[in-house]
Amino acid sequence: MTEAQTRTDPLVIAGREFGSRLVMGTGGATNLAVLERALVESGTELTTVAMRRMDAGGGTGVLDLLRRLNIETLPNTAGCRNAAEAVLTARLAREALATDWVKLEVVADDRTLLPDPVELLDAAEQLVDDGFTVLPYTSDDPVVARRLEDLGCAAVMPLGSPIGTGLGVRNPHNIELIVARAGVPVILDAGIGTASDACLAMELGCAAVLLATSVTRAADPALMAAAMRDGVRAGRAARLAGRVPQRFWAQASSPPR
Amino acid sequence: MRAVVNGVEWELADGATVADVLRRLGAPDVGVAVACRGEVVPRASWAATEVRDGDEIDVLTAVQGG
Repeated sequence: MTEAQTRTDPLVIAGREFGSRLVMGTGGATNLAVLERALVESGTELTTVAMRRMDAGGGTGVLDLLRRLNIETLPNTAGCRNAAEAVLTARLAREALATDWVKLEVVADDRTLLPDPVELLDAAEQLVDDGFTVLPYTSDDPVVARRLEDLGCAAVMPLGSPIGTGLGVRNPHNIELIVARAGVPVILDAGIGTASDACLAMELGCAAVLLATSVTRAADPALMAAAMRDGVRAGRAARLAGRVPQRFWAQASSPPR
Repeated sequence: MRAVVNGVEWELADGATVADVLRRLGAPDVGVAVACRGEVVPRASWAATEVRDGDEIDVLTAVQGG
């Protein structure tokens, strides 16, 4: 898919258009210069940040960087374990960053970082009621995804596999089930390891891919960012093109003599 | 008066405000938010919100993550 084609096929979330279907995270980069090169290569227009206590004399370097690159900031609620913590963090992010968009993340424990669906649904409901544009990080459970959409979430973001594992899309059929019934964009969030994972997510019908670790902790983050950009574009094009059905027996591609 | 700011106990003058805490912390004017007693203190209220003895105040900003 060329640059020109991506402009006529924007990602639309809550009425806002994005030219790139790759949403980046900023976690894991060794420094801001490395992060900048990766973000530029990725072509992303929407990128997550976390909210943390300010160190004395600490700056806002990542915000300055995103502003300079004209990339929209998407604060997350990473580290929150229950709905109350996530709602407070989202409200603080709105206050600090002047955006009512939030990547809602409520995880159950540190070893798996899997979403806690009960707390997630509770937090999503409160934040939607409070006027937030909510993009929830969720498990790949089609029923939970449906519930989140019914609550008014602007997108649903199922995991491919647990955060930071790089295990790719472990249950492609679940992702297809979510896509088949969703009326909001489905963004594959978490677990991407390499470009073919991002490509597969798009072939399955996801509207976008969100990733961080696979780029920021790659040996060459900028090169992997470019690979992810191309993987997402290739997967999107393949999805739109309509793949051939899979067949059990061979079918000759040359005419019989 | 004592208050806990970002997990550290601070000695503050009576009548100190949230704005005073931010000044002492060296917080920038933009990109930060304040929670006190588990609620957001809106920017417009920083100068008028007095810290009470025993308050827990968190000052947050955006960092790399996600």
